[in-house]
Formats: sequence, C-alpha cells, structure tokens
Amino acid sequence: MTTRHLVTLTMALLVAPSAMADIGSRIWATGGVTTIEGSAGGGLVPWALLGSYASDEEWGGTLALGRAEVDDYTLSVTGVGLNWNNRLEITVARQTLDLDSLVFTLKDGFGLQEDELNQDIFGAKVRLAGDVLYSPWGQWSAGVQYKRQRDFTVPRAIGARDDSGTDVYFSGSKLFFAAAMERNLLVSLTARASRANQGGLLGFGGDRNNSHELMMEGSVGLFLNRQWLVGAEYRQKPDNLGFASEDDWWDLFVAWVPDRRLAVTGALVNLGDVATLEDQQGLYLSLQGSF
Amino acid sequence: MTNLNLKPLFVALLSGMALVLGGCQSLNHKPDDSLYQQLGERAGIANVVEDLLYLIVDDERINRQFKGMDVAQFHHNLTDQLCELSGGPCTYTGREMRELHSHMTITNTQFNALAENLILAMEQNDIPTGAQNRLIKQLLPLYPDIRNL
Repeated sequence: MTTRHLVTLTMALLVAPSAMADIGSRIWATGGVTTIEGSAGGGLVPWALLGSYASDEEWGGTLALGRAEVDDYTLSVTGVGLNWNNRLEITVARQTLDLDSLVFTLKDGFGLQEDELNQDIFGAKVRLAGDVLYSPWGQWSAGVQYKRQRDFTVPRAIGARDDSGTDVYFSGSKLFFAAAMERNLLVSLTARASRANQGGLLGFGGDRNNSHELMMEGSVGLFLNRQWLVGAEYRQKPDNLGFASEDDWWDLFVAWVPDRRLAVTGALVNLGDVATLEDQQGLYLSLQGSF
Repeated sequence: MTNLNLKPLFVALLSGMALVLGGCQSLNHKPDDSLYQQLGERAGIANVVEDLLYLIVDDERINRQFKGMDVAQFHHNLTDQLCELSGGPCTYTGREMRELHSHMTITNTQFNALAENLILAMEQNDIPTGAQNRLIKQLLPLYPDIRNL
C-alpha cells in the first residue's frame, strides 16, 4: 500500500511539472500526427496544422516512428519536428523502403542487387492565417518538402529523371464543433505540386511526365472524444513512369491521443500498384512523442 | 441540354428540404434548451464554473490575468452567460465582452489555456462529450471579442 502510494506520488511529481509547464498550450490532438513525410497531418496527407502543441508564445517539438507493412513492401519512417510559436514548422524525416518481393524483379530484369531505398525529406510549413478551432474560415498553411534520394540506382534504372525534388503544398484545415452526432469533425484539404514518383522513393520525374503537376489530397476525421479520432484520407498522385503505373493512395485511420505527450496512429492503407506489384494493402502504425 | 433536365429535379429537392426543415421548426414551439438540460441547468453550470475558477487560479499561464477580480461576481456572471448561451432562462448582465477584454491583450496561448481548463472543468462534472462540443460551439463567436481581433 505504502509502496504503491510512493510510486504514484513519484510518478505524479515527475509528470506534473512538465505537463503543466512545457508541453505547449494548444488543445489536445490539434498538432495532428507525423505523416510518413515528417510534416504534421494524418498518415499520408499533410494538414494545415503545425506539429506539437506550441501556441503563439511557445516552442514545441515532436519525435515519431512509423511503419507501413503492405503486401510486398515495408516502409519505415523516422521523423523529428520543431514548431516555433505555432507559426513555423521545421521537419526532417528519413524513409526506408524494404523492397522485399521487388528484389527479384530488380535482379532478373535489371541485374540490380538493391534490397532497400532510402530518402531524406526536409520540410517547412508556415501557418499563414487562422486557427483550426477558433476561426470560422479555418486554418491555412503553406509548406515545402525537399526530398533527396540516398540510393538512386534503382529509380534511375526504372526511368526516374532526378534523385531530388521539391513538393510545394497549400493546405486548409477546419474543425467543425458538434458537426455530426454532436461530435467534432476535422476536415483538411491540401493541394500539392509534385513530380515525385511514389512520394519520391522512386525518384522524380519520368518518361511519361517530367514536370510538377497539381495533386489534391484530403482527409476527414471525427473526434469520438478528445482522445480518439477516426477518419479517412485520400492522396492523388502523379503517374510519371512508363515502367509501372502509379495509383492514388488512401487510408482509414484511428488515432489515439491519451495526452499531449503521446499519439498512436493505426491505419489500413491502400497504396495501389507500386512498381509493377499490384494492389499493395496493409497496416500502418505510428508512434509520436511531443515535447 | 442535360442541365435543363436536372433543373426541375433540383427545385423539387430544394422544396423537399424546405418542407423537412420547416416541419422541424414548427414542431419546436419553445426554444431548444436541450444543451442547458445536459449541462445540469444553472446549478450544473455553476459547478462547472466553480471548478474552472480553481483550475484558473492554479494555471501559471493565465492566473495573473485574473488577479484582483471579484471572484463571486465573476462566478455569477460567467454562470449566467453560459446558462444563456446554452438556451437556459438566464440573462448575462456583465460588461460587453470586447470592452471587458480590451486592455488585457490576451494571447492565443492564454485563450487555449482557458479553453483547456473549461474542458477539464466540464469533464470533472461528467458533462457528456456532445454537450461539451455544443457549448464550445456556442462560445466560438466570442473568440474575436476576447482576443480583441
């Protein structure tokens, strides 16, 4: 009994001061979670929200680990982010794609021995106007993602033109209070100019198209309460390579935000056809810590 | 040409919606006070406001803004205001919100802190999530007045 109380008290002392002071003042879950590209958003689509809980007089940061396992590939993501005054978000992410089954296609078709692809993504996002909760017209942000392939051999062999590229996007997010079944509804719409193949993992540009194209991305999420968000995302994608057609991505997600420090996201993802391997579906799991 | 054919359908749809909406309206003769009921009427709201005050006093981010205020008066006025906004039989008799906050230069950080404390106070009083959301929705129009935007 005494021991248990002591443990509880110690835990409370450890957690309480930091929880009260440093974590940032924005309302729970309004930092979104870390996307596979490092920017704050859902799983696949960046939102107008900036990561962490920093409000207008605060700093904040995030650390995230994500993993998507689809039929023939595994994507791992590590991301860090900083937020200054809920005005500017700076992010860095490293993606590793395990090629699993594609290894054989590459070996037989191209004589290549690669078994994974790596990419770094440096992101910046500026909140231009509004607040996702309080502004009637929502929150609007603009961002860039500079992406750099670390292993260009495979993308080059299948026809990608460049080993780096920059996506530019404009995003709006709005929370509608008591919108459906008295629950809060979060809606985001993002327009992205991109020439990335499979998000950049297969390089940039190609024989079919080599210039930036405008892609629409969107997401809708319903807060069951302030800790649970369920929703769906859709992401339109370019189709630049003659080697294999590229499909749009979508997912169904559940995010659990027990407090400001932790966010856990699970999703059913559908990446469509990826580099000749058809109908790639699977599970996505992401853990995010905020500070 | 196809647009022309769609027009009567569109009009019929609109008329249908108008009928449905009108029907709903004529059913509710008295103003909707379901939110007020869910909050536990004036007594329930008074409890939420009391817990909110305790949270504010303990909150380093905002307690200095409340220094020197008449606590009883604040409690009374805010209770009346939430009662009125939720459809209850009260009238807010305090000062106008913009005038009241004009000298405070309240930051978004402070506004968020107050919103957080209000949510926590409602949770402490077992106010259902749906009622919490509806009350905050009613409070949203006050945001520009409080922030002096």
